This record gives sequence, C-alpha cells and structure tokens, in this order.
Amino acid sequence: MNLSVVLTAVLGLAALAYHFGRRRAFAVVSGRVRDLHSLPSYYGMHTALWCGVPALIVMSLWLAFEPSIMTNLVVERLPEAMRHVPESQLNLVINDIRNAVNGTMTGNDPAIREAADYYLQLRTVSHAAMAVVLFALCAAGGSWAWKRIAPDFRARNRVEKSMSVLLILCSMVAVFTTIGIVLSVLFESLRFFQQIPLTDFLFGLEWSPQTAMRADQVGASGAFGMIPLLTGTLLVSGIAMLVAVPLGLMSALYLSEYAPSRVRTFGKPLLEVLAGIPTVVYGFFAAITVAPFLRDLGASVGLQVASESALAAGAVMGIMIIPFVSSLSDDVINAVPQAMRDGSYALGATKSETIKNVVLPAALPGIVGSVLLAISRAIGETMIVVMAAGLSAKLTANPLEAVTTVTVQIVTLLVGDQEFDSPKTLAAFALGLVLFLITLVLNIIALHVVRKYREQYE
Amino acid sequence: MNNATSPKGIYAIAPERRLGGAAHTALVQRRKAAEKRFRYYGLGALVVSLMFLVLLFASIIAKGWTAFEQTYLRLDVDFATDVLVPDGDRSEQALSSANYPALVKNAIWAAFPDVTSRGEKRQLQDLVSSGASFELRNIVMNDPSVIGTQRSVWVPATAFVDSLIKGQMDRSLPESERKLSDLQISWVDHLLSNGHIEKRFNTMLFTDGDSRDPELAGIGGAIMGSLYTMLVTLLLSFPIGVAAAIYLEEFAPRNRWTDLIEVNINNLAAVPSIVYGLLGLAVFINFLGLPRSSPLVGGLVLTLMTLPVVIIASRAALTSVPPSIREAALGMGASKMQTITHHVLPLAMPGMLTGAIIGMARALGETAPLLMIGMVAFIVDVPKSLTDPATALPVQIYLWASSPERAFVERTSAAILVLLAFMVLMNALAVVLRKRFERRW
Repeated sequence: MNLSVVLTAVLGLAALAYHFGRRRAFAVVSGRVRDLHSLPSYYGMHTALWCGVPALIVMSLWLAFEPSIMTNLVVERLPEAMRHVPESQLNLVINDIRNAVNGTMTGNDPAIREAADYYLQLRTVSHAAMAVVLFALCAAGGSWAWKRIAPDFRARNRVEKSMSVLLILCSMVAVFTTIGIVLSVLFESLRFFQQIPLTDFLFGLEWSPQTAMRADQVGASGAFGMIPLLTGTLLVSGIAMLVAVPLGLMSALYLSEYAPSRVRTFGKPLLEVLAGIPTVVYGFFAAITVAPFLRDLGASVGLQVASESALAAGAVMGIMIIPFVSSLSDDVINAVPQAMRDGSYALGATKSETIKNVVLPAALPGIVGSVLLAISRAIGETMIVVMAAGLSAKLTANPLEAVTTVTVQIVTLLVGDQEFDSPKTLAAFALGLVLFLITLVLNIIALHVVRKYREQYE
Repeated sequence: MNNATSPKGIYAIAPERRLGGAAHTALVQRRKAAEKRFRYYGLGALVVSLMFLVLLFASIIAKGWTAFEQTYLRLDVDFATDVLVPDGDRSEQALSSANYPALVKNAIWAAFPDVTSRGEKRQLQDLVSSGASFELRNIVMNDPSVIGTQRSVWVPATAFVDSLIKGQMDRSLPESERKLSDLQISWVDHLLSNGHIEKRFNTMLFTDGDSRDPELAGIGGAIMGSLYTMLVTLLLSFPIGVAAAIYLEEFAPRNRWTDLIEVNINNLAAVPSIVYGLLGLAVFINFLGLPRSSPLVGGLVLTLMTLPVVIIASRAALTSVPPSIREAALGMGASKMQTITHHVLPLAMPGMLTGAIIGMARALGETAPLLMIGMVAFIVDVPKSLTDPATALPVQIYLWASSPERAFVERTSAAILVLLAFMVLMNALAVVLRKRFERRW
C-alpha cells in the first residue's frame, strides 16, 4: 500500500477520533459543558493524540528498520556464489539490487533481477502488514482514550503536557544539529587519520590529494599537508579584512555619529543589501569582472597577476563582509553611553577627537569581537573562493598569485563521484573538522568579548 | 586680597596663543580641518561601499539583460510525407522518433538554393539550433495534419548567430578567431535584411531545463528545484523554529541545560554553510540513505541552516509582546499554554513570519551546502517530485558560470537577475508584513 495513503489514513483516523472524543465529552455531561473539567475540544484532542501518535511512532520505526531487515532477507536468498564474496563486493551487489528496485537500472543479471523482484514482493507484504498494525493501533489507542472521557478527566492538562514535550523536542533540534555536525565530521576524520598520520596532515607542507589506482603509479602517494591550504585561506581572508575593516568601520562611524537622519535611513539598509546578495553572485562578479580587470591593470603596469589571484577573491570577499563589520560596529558604537561623549565635548574636544579618543577606545572590545566574527565568516566563505581562487596549493604570501583555500578543497574533493573509503574524500571531512573548530573558537571568543563588553555598559 | 587672585595665569600665555591670537587661530583651523577630514573619510567609506553595490548591479545587468531576448530564424519547412512517415506508420511512437533534423536541414538549404558544396551546406546547417527539430516535433505531435503541407516556422538560432545579432561578436576580427565564418555572417545578414531573423522575448529561459547548448538552456528546472527545496525548508524550519522559540522564551527554566541550548543556537548561526553540507552528506545521504541530489535532502540541510535564524527572530518577536497581555490572560484564568496559543502567539506572528521570510531568502541564495549533497549534476529534466534529482537556482548559476562558452555568461547574469528578483520580492514582502502589522505598545 502506498505510504502517503497510509499516512493520510492515519491522520484521517486521528481527525475522526477528535470528532468522536469531542462528541462524547458533550454526551457524558449531557450538554452541560461547565460540568466538564476541560473544554470539549481538549477531550477531542486527547483522543486524537492517543489515536495518531503511537501509530506515527511505530510507522517511523518500521520504515527505519525495514530496509536493513529486508536487505538481509534478500541476501539470504541470493545464489551461493554471490553471497560468499568479500564485504565490499557484496555491497556492490546490494547496490545493484537497490538500483534495480528503484528502476534506475535495468539489470541484465537474472540473479539480481530476481532478487529485486523478491525485494519488491517483500516490501509489498511489509507495507500491507504495517498498514494493518497501524490501523489496529489507531483503533486501540483512540478507543482507549475515548472510554476514559469522564467529567472530571483532566484532558487539558494532558494535552498541554504533550504539547510542551513537543516544544522541548523542537528546541533540542539545535543541539542535535551540533552533535550531528561534530559526529559526522569527527567520524570520517578518524577514518582519515587511520590512513594518514595526524602530524602529516597538520604540519605537512604539501597538498596534492590523490590516491593511487595501482601501487607503481607515478605520484602514487598523495600528500595531505594542510599548511598550504591554511596559508591560502589566511591570505584571502587577510585581504578581505584589509578591505572590509576600514570601509565597514568608517561607514559605521559616519552613519552613527555624523550622518543626518535621512542619510542614515537610506544608507544603513542599502549597505545591508550587500550582505543579502548570494555569495554565488559575488563569486561570478569576482571571476568575470574583477579578476580580468586586475589582470589587465597589472599587465599595464608590468605586473604578472594570475587570472585567479588571491587579490580578486579577497577583495570581493571584503566587499561582502563590509556590512557585517559595519552593522556589528554600529551596535557597539551606539552602546557607548552618551554621557561619555558629552563629557568629552564639555572639555572642548571636537567630534572627531571625541570619536578617536573616547568612543573608539570604549568600543574597542566590541569592535574586536565584530572583526573576529567577520574573520570567521571570511574563513568559512565558500562560493567566492571556489569561483575566483585557484586550485593549486602553493605556499606563498604573494596576493597576485593563485592560492587555494580549505573550503575550495572541500568542494573539489566532494563534488563528483566519490567512494567513501579513499583518503581523498575522507580528507574533505578532516578539512571540514579543522574549519568547524577554527570558526567555533573564533565565534566563542567573539561572542564572549561582545557579551562582556555589553555588560560593562549596562 | 592678595596676589593669589591676580590673573597671573592668563598673562603667562603668550599673546599669539591667546584666544584670537595667530597660533591659536592656526590650531583651531588645524583641528577644524582634521574634523572635516575625518568626516569625509567616513562619508568616503560609505560612498565607496555603496559604489561597489552599484558596480555589482551595473555589471550584472549590463551582461544579463540581453539574455531575455533570443534570436529566432524563420524557416519555410516542408513537412514532407516521405521524410516523416516513410513507411506510412502514423502512430504516436513513430511520429515522435521521425527524422526531424532532416526537415530542418532541407528547410535551411532551401532558403539558400545556390549553396551546393557539402562543406558550405554544413556551415549553413550550423546556423540553426539543434532545438529546432524539437520545435518541429512538437508541431507535428500537436497536429499531425500538417504532414504533407508547407508552413513557415520560427525556430531558435544558435548561440553564435544570437551573439552576432546582439552585437557581442566582433566582426572585425580575422575569420579564424571568430566563431562564425565570413560566409555564415553574410547569410545571417541576408536573412536579417529580408526579415527572416528577429529577436523575441526568451520564454525558453524560464521554462526549459538545463542544456549543453546555450540557446536552449533555461532555468525552469532550477526554479522548480529551488521551489521544492524551499517548500521543504519552510514547512520544517518555521514550525520547529517557532516551537523552539516558544519553549526557550516562555517555558524554559534558567539552568545550565537551557544555557547550553542558547549558546548552541548562537554558534550554529555562525557555522560556515559548507559544514552543514558535510553534515547532510554524512547523515542524510550516507547514513539515512535518502536520494542524492534531491530537493528533499537539500531542504533538510537548509532547514538546519535557517533554524537558528528563525529561532532568534521568533524569540525577538515573543519578547516584544508586553507582559501585561500575558498577565491579563492568566488573570482571566487561562492556562499558560492557552495564554500563549490564544494571545501571545497571534500577536508575535507577524514578527515571526518576517524572520522566517528573511531566513528563507538567505536559504534561497545558499549554494555551498547544496554542492556537497550532489545538487550540482547536469539535469535536463524539470523535477516533478521531492525525490527527483534537481538543481537549485544558485547552483545553476555556479554551473553556468564555470562553463566555457561565452554565451553562458549572458545566461548566468540573467539567472542572477532572476534570483535577485526573487530575493528582492521576499524581502519586500517581509518589509510590508512588518509595516502592516507592526504594533507599538
């Protein structure tokens, strides 16, 4: 039976349960609602919950375990010769069967065709059985709750209790996401470090991620040293900061201290438009407009500028980050108490002297925090560097050369066909772990600094 | 009455440094100049930043607006019976696999009867896009009665002819460096002079899927992919985000556990998007075995990414509802849950929706995590369900941006304009919502 039909049926039954529960609530007090502990709709909801929730839980468990159990059953039935093969080969066979089941591959091997038919047959049986079990559960749960409806039955308290459980579960999604990120990245990284020593990865000066098809191949062993990637990332982010910090900070100072309110109401949202533009657009701009412009400019003064220079990627990334720096600095500058400014004016200081000698020193921790956040944003930025920075890992500090970054390498390693046991793909997860840790540390420091700073003036 | 009161201090200042003295005036002028300079630095920084914005838009609009037009050729097609139904079989299947390219060839050759050599005929053929035969097939499939008649049909020209007509190809270049030969250019000019070439609004750009031929490539498939992805994201992230915000803001006790959740949410908001892609790849695809490249997985990954944004915005919306509303409801005997669902939530809803829309606009432009879960494949078909392989609009932009054909630059810019239009629309909706329902307490 079709899954969505089953799901709709369960939900329909729950709706029916609501209706009957509500009717019975009216019936047990023969229409005198004030004799009920809760409003009639709560009795309906309680019945519906008992009808639907157990069935939905069983359904998700069933669907979670169904494929692995059925795969085992199918493998049992495979011909002897296909079953007793190394694990990896067996996995290939299972994959073939899956593809045949999904109809994406017209298998020419009769054994696989047969296995796929068996699988389909099993699945039909399993889904039918599931539908029966679910409907039974619905009926049982619903009627049990329906029977319990009585004038002093505390339906509202129970419904509210289950609602708050739902709320708690939703708020834990964020925690689960973090755990999921850490586990998924860590798990694959550990497998990577089993093949490549940790010290080689952390301190190696060469990056050429490839794995040998044969042992005697030229350049058989890839090099997985992340130092060139790290320097490339720092170079690009450094250029971005050189663009973003002065422009962002000065814009924020102008907007919050000098600008007439008309300019402020237009300038601030316009500046924030820069943050809303998708990064892929910046990447396109960097690759198609800025990089050729810089190359021609370099050629006209006799400088050799690579067409995928770190400068182009960094400068465009800087433009993207301007609004981050400016809006965060704007917040911290506004948090400096007016009394401090007034004191400075009273001593005869001009506005710019006040800003330079009073406001900026007072706001410095907050500004440092916002710059740290901006750096973490720059390090994690992907599309601009994928489209505008190079692929070759060079250990250089020359902004006119092409460099590569951590994020670029993650993308190049994982886009396209991949097998999950070569160090090449696993390296991407190790890089992801490094990226996650760097940005996490930067964020924690930055958030801490900003919070400490806010407390100072509250 | 002694010397202490004598204004000795004032007389100690040299006359030129006194108020109005030469040195003092100079100092004041210097300070005023510094003040002015600083102010101009600030204004300059703002202007430069906004100039970048203008430059970005100008360069993309300048490159992209021509893609909204496409060059079409008029062909007098002879739907010859002996070509289409050589064996008299007029079944649907036979018609759909008939030799339409031959019709196109015959038609373009017929337009220039004096071209006879094989090589020149081939060059002539190259003026017409390979999409022309699909067009003819559609005509025949819709109305089989055209077989055996003659009819003039407008079909798309190749990207090279298109760029020649739009003036993007430099005619003064030597022939070997041009994509069109002198002969081809003379044919195009001839067709242009008798009105057999014209530019029309490019509907294929919006309806078709991707293609290797620039003139046939469209963003229809990518838009549908984005739409499905956003649907999943909206349906998951909004309810979960609002529920989480309600719990954290209204119910959660202040303890280490809720502090942890809070720190978590703030950190998640700053995790690089590509890391979410790694999570999606490892968990949704490898562990749970969901289909690769599907909008379902894309939507799930983007949900996790937008969730912090939605939660933070929803919490802000909840805090802006004054406590007196809650107290009044509680005072009337409502339970805490009733207070929230009946009174606080409806009042906070506009703010929550605004936050959700802004989060969705950001998710719409996100590319990197979608690359990780394989939504970068070359997909011609427009996706029809949540589990079909698909691309999204920003990924399509990335794909086109990295393809070498010159004609794709124009389409990439056009796709960017469409993406930006969607984002502007969503943000405008958020602003309208905020303005319309904003309440001052």
